[in-house]
Amino acid sequence: MTGAAPTETSPQQETAPALELNDLEVEYRVRGIWRRVLRGVSFEIAQGESYGLVGESGCGKSTAAFAALRYLPRNGRVSGGSINLGGHDLIAMTGEEVRKLRIKTVSMVYQNPGSALNPSIKIGDQVAEVYRLMGVGDDEATERAQEMLGKVRMSDPARVMERYPHQLSGGMNQRVVIAMALASDPTLLILDEPTTGLDATVEGEVLDLVNGLRAEFGTSLLFISHNLGVIGKMCDRMGVLYAGRLVEEGRVQEVFENPRHPYTVGLLRCIPRGGVRKDQQRLDTIAGFLPGLGAELPGCVFADRCGLMKALGSEERCQGTEPPMHELGGGHGARCHFHEQAQTLPRVIEPVPAPRAASDKNAVPVLRAENVRKTFHQEGHAVHALADVEFALAPGETLGLVGESGSGKTTLARTLLGLTEADEGSVVELDGTPLASVIAKRKGEQVRALQIVFQNPDSALNRRFSIHRIIARALTTLIGLSGEPRESRLRELAHSVRFDVRLIGARPAQLSGGLKQRVAIARAFAGDPQVVVCDEPTSALDVSVQAAILNLLVELQGEKGVAYLFISHDLGVVRYVSDRIAVLYLGRLMELGGAETVFEPPQHPYTEALLSAVATAEGAERPRIRLEGEIPSAAEPPSGCVFHTRCPRYLGAICEEQEPPLEEVEPGHFMRCHIPVDELRTIQQSPPPPRPDRARSPDAAAQ
Amino acid sequence: MTTQPAATTGGAAVDVGGVAAQRGPSDAKAARRERLAVLAHSKTFIAGSVILGIWIFCAIFGYVIAPYDPLKTDPINALLAPSSSHLFGTDTLGRDVFSRVIVGARDILIVAPLATLLGTVLGTALGLITGYFRGPVDDILSRIIDTFLAVPVVIVGLLALVALGPSKLTVIIVIGIVFTPVIARTVRAAVLSERDLEYVAAARLRNEKTRYILFAEILPNVLGPVIVEFTVRLGYAIFTIATLSFLGFGIQPPAPDWGLQIFEHYGLISGGYWWPVVFPALAIASLVVGVNLVSDGLSQAFER
Repeated sequence: MTGAAPTETSPQQETAPALELNDLEVEYRVRGIWRRVLRGVSFEIAQGESYGLVGESGCGKSTAAFAALRYLPRNGRVSGGSINLGGHDLIAMTGEEVRKLRIKTVSMVYQNPGSALNPSIKIGDQVAEVYRLMGVGDDEATERAQEMLGKVRMSDPARVMERYPHQLSGGMNQRVVIAMALASDPTLLILDEPTTGLDATVEGEVLDLVNGLRAEFGTSLLFISHNLGVIGKMCDRMGVLYAGRLVEEGRVQEVFENPRHPYTVGLLRCIPRGGVRKDQQRLDTIAGFLPGLGAELPGCVFADRCGLMKALGSEERCQGTEPPMHELGGGHGARCHFHEQAQTLPRVIEPVPAPRAASDKNAVPVLRAENVRKTFHQEGHAVHALADVEFALAPGETLGLVGESGSGKTTLARTLLGLTEADEGSVVELDGTPLASVIAKRKGEQVRALQIVFQNPDSALNRRFSIHRIIARALTTLIGLSGEPRESRLRELAHSVRFDVRLIGARPAQLSGGLKQRVAIARAFAGDPQVVVCDEPTSALDVSVQAAILNLLVELQGEKGVAYLFISHDLGVVRYVSDRIAVLYLGRLMELGGAETVFEPPQHPYTEALLSAVATAEGAERPRIRLEGEIPSAAEPPSGCVFHTRCPRYLGAICEEQEPPLEEVEPGHFMRCHIPVDELRTIQQSPPPPRPDRARSPDAAAQ
Repeated sequence: MTTQPAATTGGAAVDVGGVAAQRGPSDAKAARRERLAVLAHSKTFIAGSVILGIWIFCAIFGYVIAPYDPLKTDPINALLAPSSSHLFGTDTLGRDVFSRVIVGARDILIVAPLATLLGTVLGTALGLITGYFRGPVDDILSRIIDTFLAVPVVIVGLLALVALGPSKLTVIIVIGIVFTPVIARTVRAAVLSERDLEYVAAARLRNEKTRYILFAEILPNVLGPVIVEFTVRLGYAIFTIATLSFLGFGIQPPAPDWGLQIFEHYGLISGGYWWPVVFPALAIASLVVGVNLVSDGLSQAFER
């Protein structure tokens, strides 16, 4: 990962850092006032080095990246400091010079590959365009584009060239964007949350690719992410940005193991790490909010939220004097007056786990699914989105649901909820009573009993309604309350999700993401549900907010004994909240078992691959198993075991001919695999060998 | 809550070193504030509002400010050229053209908005239904809408008015119905992007009635396009009504309607009597332009 090969550059450029920011100040003009968004940011990225920038949203990460290219929105300006890009002083250059320099030296990759590509131009033409801009002739440009697509491990570049972006998956599109970014052979590649919208397996793949290409091209990286695990995997050094100020900087391992700024300490405590679970401890959070854009902060930018300052009683010093960057040796530095004590930062949340309602394993399952199938009919094809899914959910239990996108997680949730009608013969029971397959035919108390918290609170809350109206409406329709009883129940509900009642008149847009998600949770709990489906409830949120929401969900479960069906692609989060975990692939349950059981061998080969792809903040502890190609289409699922086309533990013909049944391999542990469980236990001690038959199925990437 | 500064770089996608870029959207509150700011700074919107404001003033106070009775004939002073006593001259019956132009604003500013309103209400309801249900309901209604759109508005209007007999009420109903499909189509497009948002799913999960979901949950979120569409159609309505009056099937004599005035006098242009035609024509043109300017301003503001 470290020590990438140097590029062939002129000696003058060789010595200069790829990027150097010195005391950079950036302001945005918002409502007529210039507001400081970057406060004297300095850092340096050496040739071939990978530098990570972390922080909550709104801290100025992306602004730093744009400023580094002198590419700010029209209402932004650099008001001080210097930018040195590969030995060129960007501030002194004219706009045209900067543009020319950018073409040669930097490229950028963004979060959403879907909108970075032009939907109406073929992939081949888009990539070739980059070469044409550099003055390469048409034929050669096409040739080189194809070559570049091969370099980003596109399985059939010639065919991909002829396709349009919408015909490729998100991961493939992101590889195309990376190919375009690398086409100009830049000395600096800026990646702004490049994997945030992608699945864990695809994320793993894209990160591996970037790492491989970095070694090959000797490119320097500026890597922006809110995911500390990703930074840990990708970067040599990192900087922690808070309110536009770089508060800590150092080698990644050093910062993770020995953080010296309370903000870094807090961030690291927010993520469920090292397999910690809800019955062991609550997650810590960071109290308070980011200061407003351009707020006057004479002292430490983090002082307002710093628990350490309060514990030490050092308000005067922390709020009055800006701490300098304390050098701690080895390039590690922290802007904290009390950096030696940073790790004694008091916890915001006591670590004692939330009390849990005693769950009776033998009770009638609150929700039971059997033979649940869903077939979509598209242009004459039958697409089997769900095939014979079965599970039972005990009262007060959390069942985690994992799998790549396209595995049917959301379809399963919608089918259970009655938003999507299940096929004939599917059985969904609530408390032992069969449920109608469409919501409109379900009884009032059944509707109330089964609710959902969606991924994105922005679209889940009607933006024209006040918070009061959103919650009150749920109380009216679900339990028929009105007048004063409704108001008092509403206040109770707001209180139970820790939502400040004074904000009840606000519109969703006036609230932060975390507060909006609390409103969505309150709405789901309005009718005292028995089961709540949580569909990626924290993936749109910052880590500190995520921790608070997870704590809330766990606490509500303890108080009300509600059962959760918890969907997430963040395996650390799933492991934290779940009692049991179900692994879905192509609409089929591949494995189902206790959370700890599923996370340890013996496990289904798919689960094994899924877990190996996860980037954790502790560093990679397991060897990565690469899943070849994309998830196959549910319209034409592979014969036999649906996973055989990508299985790292592929046995032989039997996998292609017979679909293995879902068998109970250990008490409470179900698996759908031909390999006997004892053999799995043995072979999973070591990573799988490369598949001998790989050449046989080059088409695994087919859509 | 922090506000990511909105990227003001024209389109969303821009190019850095060969890679297309994208900025996140600003939050809804900032968008609303920005929308007002866009309107307040939009020269188009301000100019349009001024023109429209003048005509509305004429429509309300026309009889008070008009120097002469617009209906009073004075054959001795027929076809006088514009002068200080008759600013816009007089027509064949000696009526003051200036007074008739001022008072003429009233009928059109009653009939056109009412017709557009009717079309907007019907079209919005139809658009909500077709957009929300999709499937067979959408297919059938959309084909009917397409059929409607294929026939020129004026022809349909003429046929209907011949059948029903011309009056202000029939003009309102006919224009309203003729505009319904066009508006339905715009609203349908807006509804299509709303119906898949999760707040709609959340409402369905409470077993809300479809009527509530359509009109209480979705409608407020598509009001922007509805308002813009209303103003665009208003411009067309003014023009269509003037055309129908010109053809004799709209507002009936002796009302001082602009289209009617042109109809009554266009034969005289070759004789050099241009004023009874040109001034009402300018009035129609300025009103349509004013409405369209307002509409442009609004759509710029809602586009963000």
